Amino acid sequence: MNRPAAPGPQAAPSPLVELWHYFSRNRGAVFGLFTVLLLFFLALFADWIAPHSAIEQYRQSALAPPAWQDGGSRQFLLGTDAVGRDILSRLIHGARLSLFIGLVSVSLSLSLGIVLGLLAGFLRGWVEFAIMRLMDIMLALPSLLLAIAVVAILGPGLINAMYAIAVVMLPHYVRLMRASVITELSKDYVAASRIAGAGTLRLMFDTVLPNCTAPLIVQATLGFSSAILDAAALGFLGLGAQPPTPEWGSMLASALEFIMSAWWVVTFPGLAILISVLAFNLMGDGLRDALDPKLKS
Amino acid sequence: MLAYVAKRVGMVIPTFIGITLLAFSLIHMIPGNAVEALSGERGMSPERYQQLSHQLGLDRPLRTQYFDYVGHLLHGDFGRSINTHDGVLQEFLTLFPATVELALCALALALLLGLPAGMLAAVKRNSVLDYSVMGVSLTGYSMPIFWWALLLIQLFSVTLGWTPVSGRIDIAFDFPAPTGFMLIDAWMSGEDGAVASALWHLILPAIALGTIPLAVIARMTRSAMLEVLREDYVRTARAKGLSWFSVVCVHALRNALIPVITVIGLQVGTLLTGAILTETIFSWPGIGKWLVEAIHRRDYPVVQGGILMSATIVIVVNLAVDLLYGVVNPRIRHNS
Amino acid sequence: MALLDIKQLSIGFGRPGAPLIAVDGLDLSIEEGEVVGVVGESGSGKSVTSLAIMGLIDAPGRVSAQRMELAGRDLLALSPRERRAMLGRDVAMIFQDPMSSLNPCFTVAYQLMETLRIHVGGNARARRLLALDLLRQVDMPDPARRLDAYPHQLSGGMCQRVMVAMAIACNPRLLIADEPTTALDVTIQAQMLDLLLELQRQRGMALMLITHDLGVVAQIASRVVVMYAGQVVETGALPRIFKTPRHPYTQALLAALPENNLGRKRLQTIPGVVPGQYDRPAGCLLHPRCARAAPRCVSERPALEGRPGSQVRCHFPLTGEEPRA
Repeated sequence: MNRPAAPGPQAAPSPLVELWHYFSRNRGAVFGLFTVLLLFFLALFADWIAPHSAIEQYRQSALAPPAWQDGGSRQFLLGTDAVGRDILSRLIHGARLSLFIGLVSVSLSLSLGIVLGLLAGFLRGWVEFAIMRLMDIMLALPSLLLAIAVVAILGPGLINAMYAIAVVMLPHYVRLMRASVITELSKDYVAASRIAGAGTLRLMFDTVLPNCTAPLIVQATLGFSSAILDAAALGFLGLGAQPPTPEWGSMLASALEFIMSAWWVVTFPGLAILISVLAFNLMGDGLRDALDPKLKS
Repeated sequence: MLAYVAKRVGMVIPTFIGITLLAFSLIHMIPGNAVEALSGERGMSPERYQQLSHQLGLDRPLRTQYFDYVGHLLHGDFGRSINTHDGVLQEFLTLFPATVELALCALALALLLGLPAGMLAAVKRNSVLDYSVMGVSLTGYSMPIFWWALLLIQLFSVTLGWTPVSGRIDIAFDFPAPTGFMLIDAWMSGEDGAVASALWHLILPAIALGTIPLAVIARMTRSAMLEVLREDYVRTARAKGLSWFSVVCVHALRNALIPVITVIGLQVGTLLTGAILTETIFSWPGIGKWLVEAIHRRDYPVVQGGILMSATIVIVVNLAVDLLYGVVNPRIRHNS
Repeated sequence: MALLDIKQLSIGFGRPGAPLIAVDGLDLSIEEGEVVGVVGESGSGKSVTSLAIMGLIDAPGRVSAQRMELAGRDLLALSPRERRAMLGRDVAMIFQDPMSSLNPCFTVAYQLMETLRIHVGGNARARRLLALDLLRQVDMPDPARRLDAYPHQLSGGMCQRVMVAMAIACNPRLLIADEPTTALDVTIQAQMLDLLLELQRQRGMALMLITHDLGVVAQIASRVVVMYAGQVVETGALPRIFKTPRHPYTQALLAALPENNLGRKRLQTIPGVVPGQYDRPAGCLLHPRCARAAPRCVSERPALEGRPGSQVRCHFPLTGEEPRA
């Protein structure tokens, strides 16, 4: 009878190795991860990678089609827009903007959400009531509408769009954090460290927070995708980044009139948005499955 | 059940008050002053400034302003548009049916395709069909719908010439619109081809708007169905000699619908968000387009009223879904 | 001819390369009106066997047999539709956990009437009256009111009564009861067994009672099939099999009964667990856990031997003369 060799005594694999083990089994998630890495690479080195400047106008070759079409040239691989700017270069610089928006709004929202969630979970009572009702109100507004409301107050622009997106995402982090805190607080290790004399602040950030990171990581990853999507939507409506900033959404807005004539002006920015959002969603789904102990066998 | 209804309704009231506060404070949170923001770079005469301040109610104490505001709301007075000088509520009510018509068609499309797709994917788990449904729906879920709408126009309107690009009906038609729902009005007018024209105008926007709900519903249906199919009562149903079709479509689906209904309720927000973009692209005269234009024109009473009404719709629909949830799920109906 | 006649039934799961053998060459026959107890630890393949009789094993599970006949019909040759038509009418089954076995979204009446609708027909009124009558037959307290109740409004015992009512609705000739009392309160367990036995006698149906509890079997069965790791290790009539068990495993199960441990400090147990997918031993499947294992038990798998109705799968069956442990 062949028996598989009994596993000998060995060190438990580090959490990161284990995470990768589960994550890498999901092909979609790995694809998402590599796309995200590529996006970050493009964003960091946009100045070196992009063949042209994002705003320089080659008037004589306006609306040049992509290189593989009749009339296209190697000089502008994905063609040019109405004022002769190189679309590929604008997309590469746009990646930098989109990731920057994602990074800033997710960090803002995440840090504020953690603090509010911890407060609501720890202090309970009227503090919790006030915070959670406020979050309910924010959730009652459709996401883009809330963002529009914020932009209506602050005025259109890239920075204000980031604030708006951070506000829109905030309730999700607060709710998640509060729920995790309440679950964690009922566990024995918290009681143990209370007995050991840990103060509330220490308990919040040193004891409870590290144990709530898994859902926060997943939510933050998915937050990136909704931030990119919302920023593009705001840009498209003219409420986000203003021209000539090479933001994907605003590129689409100015492409509207060429829908009949120059398909490439419309197609590529949208494709860039779709691919980035899809990549973050795939990665987030993969992370959630890999971090969810229920699904581990 | 009555207690359940009362509890749900009670929970909504603070949110409601909060929404009025938010809508009210919107105008006060504008850096500087709303009237100055309105005047722009041209400046305005002191008389006009006074008049606008008075119209926006900015010349009274804050607390009075708020209570006045709520009092007016309760009387159906949502203020007047700075741009058209029409009542905000009246404008809203005129435009609202167009958005409802669009949103309902989008939702119907999403349900009609999403439920069967999710069920099939669950029943044929890990098959090519399952992977395709999941792949397509994740793509749909990640789709920037303003771009998707443009692609649809590019394909169906520009290249194939099948559908019109914008509006609700061909301009050749002219009939009274008692309901505001173009399909119904067209049908009531009895004019030849009116209904068909309205349908052709509706179809592309509905597809664009329905894509994200479709993806969400398909994914949710699949996971709910997978969970339910493992349950003991599904085995019992099969042991009775029921056909696989009845087992899935009666016993499993009824239970799987419970979480799916909640998700459908949450789609109202998605639909309103989507309506803002879809209506702008297709020149659909609904509240989404109205709101975007109001923001561009800094028509604050309209923005205020629009936000208030949209939030109210979301709250009311979610409340309705909560109550419906009680009807569908006997455990809640009887355990209140 | 036997009502249920199974020869060499095998059921496997998992990939063909690394199959998980759930049932291995099982023979089982049940006569009309007979009460047979099927006994074994969890993992011995008893529930899987009953699901295979019902035709409820889905891919990737694989069912094969030399013969599998129920009420004179070859189950292996039937179309899925014909097979479904037999469910509820020729063979019915009740399950271990009554609370989760009833659909929470439908009333008792709906679930009872549904079974009647498939197999009996008739209008809704007639079916409702039949359903009410069925609830009376299973001694449901206040049956008229329970008809419109949802499962979550009933206790576990009442849910199991509904399950029984549903199972007997179309007068099946064989009722399979898979651990029907395990999930119930101890006080209800005896009532439930009495009910099953009474219904069995009234209707003359055969009853296949699956349990891990020999005590339950002793109360109602006339014949016992003991299973271990997917195989039958001993069959025999009561009370012979209790008085003089011939397989060491049967003996060990009996020794583990609390009533046979009166006056002892500790309950006797069987060391180890039923072998799983990867540790199925060569030779006798029990030998790693058997106190009497000899070299032959390690190398050679014993066959099921004896006359029909009293068989044992052991190289060295007990004779009844050994000193009791």
